[in-house]
Amino acid sequence: MISKEEIKHIAELSMLNLSEEEIQKYTVNMQDIVEFANKVNSLDTEGITESAFALDTFNVFRKDEVRESFDREELLKNAPSSNGEAYSLPSMMN
Amino acid sequence: MKNICELTAHEIREAYESKELKVTDVVKAFYEKIKVDDEKIKGYITLCEEEAIAQAEAIQAKYDAGEKMGALAGVPIAIKDNMCTRGVKTTCASRMLENFIPPYDATVIKKLKDAGAIILGKVNMDEFAMGASTEHSAFFKTHNPVNLNKVPGGSSGGSAAVVAGDLSPISLGSDTGGSIRQPAAFCGIVGLKPTYGLVSRYGLVAFASSLDQIGPMTKDVTDAAILLNTIAGHDEMDSTSAKLDKKDYTKALVNDVKGIKIGIPKEFFGEGVNSEVKEKVLAAVKTFEELGAIVEECSLPATEYCLPAYYIIACAEASSNLGRFDGIRYGYRTKNYETMQDIFRNSRSEGFGEEVKRRIILGTYVLSSGYYDAYYKKAQKVRTIVKQNFDKVFEKYDLLLTPTAPSTAFDIDSKINNPLEMYMADLLTVPVNVSGVPAISMPCGSDSEGMPVGLQLIAKHFDEETLLRAAYTYEQNREVQ
Amino acid sequence: MEYEVIIGLEVHAELSTKTKIYCGCSTEFGGDPNTHCCPVCTGMPGALPVLNEKVVEYAVRAGLATGCEIARESKQDRKNYFYPDTPRAYQISQYDLPLCEHGHVDINVGEMSKTIGITRIHIEDDAGKLVHDGYTGGTLVDLNRAGVPLIEIVSEPDMRSAEEAVAYVEKLKGILEYIGVSDCKMQEGSLRADVNLSIRPVGQEKFGTRTETKNLNSFRSIARCIEFEIARQKEVLESGGVVLQETRRWDDEAGEGYAMRTKEEANDYRYFPEPDLMPIRLSEEYIQNIKDTLPELPESRRARYISEIGLPEYDAGIITSSKHLSDFFEAAVAVCGNAKSVSNWIMTDIIRIAKDKGVEYNELPFTAENLAKLIMLIDKGTISSAIAKKVFEEMVETGENPEKIVEAKGLVQISDEGAIKEVVDRIVAANPQSIADYKAGKDRALGFLVGQCMKEMKGKGNPQILNKLILEHLNK
Repeated sequence: MISKEEIKHIAELSMLNLSEEEIQKYTVNMQDIVEFANKVNSLDTEGITESAFALDTFNVFRKDEVRESFDREELLKNAPSSNGEAYSLPSMMN
Repeated sequence: MKNICELTAHEIREAYESKELKVTDVVKAFYEKIKVDDEKIKGYITLCEEEAIAQAEAIQAKYDAGEKMGALAGVPIAIKDNMCTRGVKTTCASRMLENFIPPYDATVIKKLKDAGAIILGKVNMDEFAMGASTEHSAFFKTHNPVNLNKVPGGSSGGSAAVVAGDLSPISLGSDTGGSIRQPAAFCGIVGLKPTYGLVSRYGLVAFASSLDQIGPMTKDVTDAAILLNTIAGHDEMDSTSAKLDKKDYTKALVNDVKGIKIGIPKEFFGEGVNSEVKEKVLAAVKTFEELGAIVEECSLPATEYCLPAYYIIACAEASSNLGRFDGIRYGYRTKNYETMQDIFRNSRSEGFGEEVKRRIILGTYVLSSGYYDAYYKKAQKVRTIVKQNFDKVFEKYDLLLTPTAPSTAFDIDSKINNPLEMYMADLLTVPVNVSGVPAISMPCGSDSEGMPVGLQLIAKHFDEETLLRAAYTYEQNREVQ
Repeated sequence: MEYEVIIGLEVHAELSTKTKIYCGCSTEFGGDPNTHCCPVCTGMPGALPVLNEKVVEYAVRAGLATGCEIARESKQDRKNYFYPDTPRAYQISQYDLPLCEHGHVDINVGEMSKTIGITRIHIEDDAGKLVHDGYTGGTLVDLNRAGVPLIEIVSEPDMRSAEEAVAYVEKLKGILEYIGVSDCKMQEGSLRADVNLSIRPVGQEKFGTRTETKNLNSFRSIARCIEFEIARQKEVLESGGVVLQETRRWDDEAGEGYAMRTKEEANDYRYFPEPDLMPIRLSEEYIQNIKDTLPELPESRRARYISEIGLPEYDAGIITSSKHLSDFFEAAVAVCGNAKSVSNWIMTDIIRIAKDKGVEYNELPFTAENLAKLIMLIDKGTISSAIAKKVFEEMVETGENPEKIVEAKGLVQISDEGAIKEVVDRIVAANPQSIADYKAGKDRALGFLVGQCMKEMKGKGNPQILNKLILEHLNK
């Protein structure tokens, strides 16, 4: 059973603020969903290896060849705040 | 001749060739219709009218000059708003990306542009493709053109609705757990989810990387094959893209299913599936039999574990994929901050909608220390078993035939407050994503309310040809049945 | 109480590939902020990573050069955490299937030789840089370094002192340079170490609680940080306290370490297999091929210098500790053939110059060829050793060819007996007292006369001939 405390901890890990009301709501939702997800634990997977992919491919590499980088202006255009050269943030010192 | 907006892509393309239609007229006709009908359907988030008309003029000039034109030259298309379009907003129907203008084109967009397709606009979806009704768009809900009180399905609800509502002849959707096929079924159009790796994901804003796949949403099977021809193919920018020789899928459009072995997996006709849906799909099964296919019942015993395994894997990957939305390099930044932590937390809390947060929380939970083995690892083992199930049935059958969704389109707002019930809409589509195989949804009649029922055909990895051939044959013969 | 110190190191080395690990952007150091960037390394929505094949090759090379077993099956994993220098909010690293495991290197500290175990070597991507914005007082993010390939080399907790830790990092640095996978420029941060350290009373079996001090980027700071941390932990224990398991930073200017403020929940990295990258499978053939093309390692060069060239063990060890220095040595010897002399120049002058100037041995102001030419000028008797020192200083300043310096400054040695005799006769005649002193058994007088003659000849007189002629006078 998933608790409110766990939801708070998970929200911390996910960098989400949740109001008391939201915590309450997500806790109830998550109890249902996790119980549902628990179904996977009723399947016998003895001796079964995990698959991270649907396909069995491997060794997909790129040659070590330089490609032109992007125009900085293009990259910074979407930044909520920049000084024209770099993304800018409040001080990290505090 | 039909009204321009009712034409298929291949009909439009032929009309250009025969000079019956001009590209500019077609593009303008669609924008005129959009201006009227999209008030009700609400499929489009962004329109690219100026660029589209300029492009139409340029392409028409080439037609006039008698140049050899690409397969989609001058054909309008709508794009799900999670595929990056250079210089055109790509919002993922999220506040988080409300003003995001990508500096690059997704590989599929590049391919479409090379083929001469004209992008009409970007269409609505569930936020970050998380949902089955397009009600989770941060901007507005899209309505089903067949019945405006119903959802169009999701998450590619906008892509389905604009094609069904004649606001674009074709569109691109993306499918992580059924997001192309289920809305195609709900709106009565054709939706194809290609084999994982057939179409490049580069530039598709990721929901669940190991499951996401882009595919065509069209009025008929021929258009699906033509659009697949354009977007399929190896891409060195996507490590999960398959290295295969290019195929011409239109060659598979053969009106013949004689001798094709079709399995009917009994688990897909269980109690969760609406009886009217079952009835229509079984009628289609009969049609296939009459057309000479060999039909037998079969079993995919791990099917019931697919949906929970899918939600674990998809949400785990999503929780990580959506970490990048932190208010620094792009996207929404909170107004309310002093420290860096405030930027992270407040931007994400204010920028993401409820369902997205719910899935991030679930995904973070299943990956967190102490739960990883019980959920994530276990789900990855389920994936292995599901793949084995499919491998086994495909030793015997060329195709599987199932309903696409357990029900027809439901009423807007009827499931919005019950996430788990909403998740059940993916019941019959997720096994396909979990195993990576290709599948197509196409209409096979309507229920008593007049809502379309979709049938799903599933083929083995990279056998889109058999899929298209069977779908084409059914399409050619269903009216006369 | 006597304590035993337990040290393990995590060394991060930037690989010297041309491009980043997952995109084609250049890894070149410097460059204006955010100019070596693209959608992939800035973590744009929709962008996907593709692994640089050289990164795998370099990591395998490093593994083979440190006696590791190379994994036939390997994969990459996501390490999830939020930090402004980490654009995707996850680092792509390797969790449970690293490319290399179970290796070791041998170090020498004083007379003692010791084997340090290597737990694993894995590949991962570097983060961007946060720079203080002097204008606004805020922080700026530069992603030029984001996505530069790293190998992380994790040692066993086998080191017992700062000296051993420094010897270990020096050894690793040497090996990585030799095999050409990293330029190991510590001042540019391309080689840096995290120090894991704990202490326990001698005889106690259980390990003490360890702390991790991150991102040390000079040998000096590694040594100082270790001494500081040992003293700190001793003080904590002796005053009855407990050492906390924590992550620490080292302030080199203040000469102090301090604990980083961290939230405990930030430590759950939620590792899982990277779904955007396919697994890595290495064939026997691939691994053998890298093994076959591995360049000569420092150990074997050192042995060769001792047995074939006859260098003293100590000198051979010093010269081979750096590939650049050893390459310099070999290049000079190839030109002049006088290994002994090259070695002497390295041991006395070149190491000093590099240290003074703070440069690597491949960045010296003069070439190995020019040093060799200088040695040949001495060997041929064109200049004296004393003059050679002056020429050398000039080479350090200008990088000029020594032959040209000698010519331009007229430093060619005078070996003409007639010319020298003329000076000697004059000096001896002017110093009768010195002759008397010499005859009375004061040998110093000889030195005085030689000095006077050299002064007269502006140092260019051939010392052997000069000596001979003065002695002839004195012994008349």
